[in-house]
Amino acid sequence: MSTFNSRGVWAIYRFEMHRFRRTVWTGLAVPVITTSLYFVVFGSAIGSRMQEVGGVDYGSFIVPGLIMLSLFNESIFNASFAIHMPRFTGTIYELLSAPLSAFETVLGYVGAAATKAVLVALVILGTANLFVDVEVAHPFLMLLFLLLVAVTFCLFGFIVGIWAKGFEQLQIIPLLIVTPLTFLGGAFYSIDMLPEPWRTITLFNPVVYLINGFRWTFFGTADVAAGVSLLVTAGFMLLCLGVIWWIFRTGYRLKA
Amino acid sequence: MQQADAPPVISIRGLEKAYASGHRALNGVDLDIAPGEIFALLGPNGAGKTTLISIVCGLVTASAGAVTVGGHDIVRDYRRARALIGLVPQELHTDAFEPVRSTVAFSRGLFGRPADPKLIERLLRDLSLWDKRDAQIRELSGGMKRRVMIAKALAHEPRVLFLDEPTAGVDVELRRDMWALVRSLRGTGVTIILTTHYIEEAEEMADRVGVISGGELIVVEETAALMRKLGRKELTLHLAAPLAAVPPELADWNLELADDGRALRYRFDARAERTGVPSLLAGLARAGLSFTDLDTRQSSLEDIFVDLVRERRAA
Repeated sequence: MSTFNSRGVWAIYRFEMHRFRRTVWTGLAVPVITTSLYFVVFGSAIGSRMQEVGGVDYGSFIVPGLIMLSLFNESIFNASFAIHMPRFTGTIYELLSAPLSAFETVLGYVGAAATKAVLVALVILGTANLFVDVEVAHPFLMLLFLLLVAVTFCLFGFIVGIWAKGFEQLQIIPLLIVTPLTFLGGAFYSIDMLPEPWRTITLFNPVVYLINGFRWTFFGTADVAAGVSLLVTAGFMLLCLGVIWWIFRTGYRLKA
Repeated sequence: MQQADAPPVISIRGLEKAYASGHRALNGVDLDIAPGEIFALLGPNGAGKTTLISIVCGLVTASAGAVTVGGHDIVRDYRRARALIGLVPQELHTDAFEPVRSTVAFSRGLFGRPADPKLIERLLRDLSLWDKRDAQIRELSGGMKRRVMIAKALAHEPRVLFLDEPTAGVDVELRRDMWALVRSLRGTGVTIILTTHYIEEAEEMADRVGVISGGELIVVEETAALMRKLGRKELTLHLAAPLAAVPPELADWNLELADDGRALRYRFDARAERTGVPSLLAGLARAGLSFTDLDTRQSSLEDIFVDLVRERRAA
């Protein structure tokens, strides 16, 4: 019975990318400006007092954290908005009546959202290069990690978009959970700089592993082992996949 | 185009739906739809029409029962079942910023069909949307948006088209175009299932009518037969002077005395060749009765439901 509906996936992907193209300037200008502001504030103000972290120039040190911060927010926002919008306008009827499996639906939406998030991350990397020298020790692994984290957070965003009952709720998770965890997860500092017991407590923050894994691909060193980072990321991804599987199985907030 | 002996294109067995709120929208519906027919689901608001359609189209999960479309189970073999179906819901659900042509092309892709600009063009022309092909949907009027939704539903060339309340809040022109479209689709063998709460609409369009009330299909019949059964009219004659009893010379008409003898009531079949109205009026004159006023009333959908439900209970 199952023939993969690749045209359906492609239709969703194109629809979403088209939506992105309509707002491409705001979509790209915002991260570029935000990144520049972070460099002005963190790089210049703090960087002038703190020369380096673990042998890495402070300006360069914050680049992976900065990219991760945007990647999280972009991924969640893109994916949650993409699936929340049809629920809000009612056009979801068409999606539900189409011969698409749950996997194909998610592939279309998450694929497009992750594409956008990775593009924004690369634009931020480019912008960062204007301010500081950024050398990537493992470029291939860097891209792979970028993609892995983008897909994971887009899956998470997809769940948020289905769970949210309105546009306010769409904002709650990124603002109240993800951004604080990112700031406290060593995006702009090494957790080794923290006194105990804060350092140990911080190790319970999953974002620490995501940021440090990514930072490792840049500098070859990080606060936690790269393998552990990968495991945590993969674990979070599996968790999201499990929740999405449950959503489509039960029709939670999709079908009456 | 209707093929009476062909296997049904849609087969519904024991379909039930209880919503999480406890509301029972469907109570064991059985229905077969023949390929190529136009079927009207007639019923008041809240009767279960939209729930029935939504289950067949995959928007709502049934509590019990089974549905096949073109022989494919809608749950186990949902891809093949859904590929055959086009749905135009009752509410206007459209994107805002998408251009008309690309939203219709999107629908075709979503259903797994290869791009076909020629077909999309023909569809848009048929629905008087071609001039608006590059306009964003939000710029369109309500009627135009509904046309876009019809175009989207037809973009993948479905064999079965569901129209949920197609003429609710629709202007005369669109209504006319819609019926023309339904007739031409039927000409190509497409099965059409529409819901309505207007008897006239069912009568005008459908080959068969199913009357649904309280989540149950009360009756399913050929439109003509149903109309004979349901199309009752009532004539009320307001008399100049009250009567104590119906005069014997008027016994043939089964008249009823009403309003304390000040009115005579006559029930007749408006579609019959002889309604008996002219002869009744002549008989009235012969009996020397004069009336001050008269009015006729078509039996309403509510009357019909009450009658049908009573009939069912008695049976």
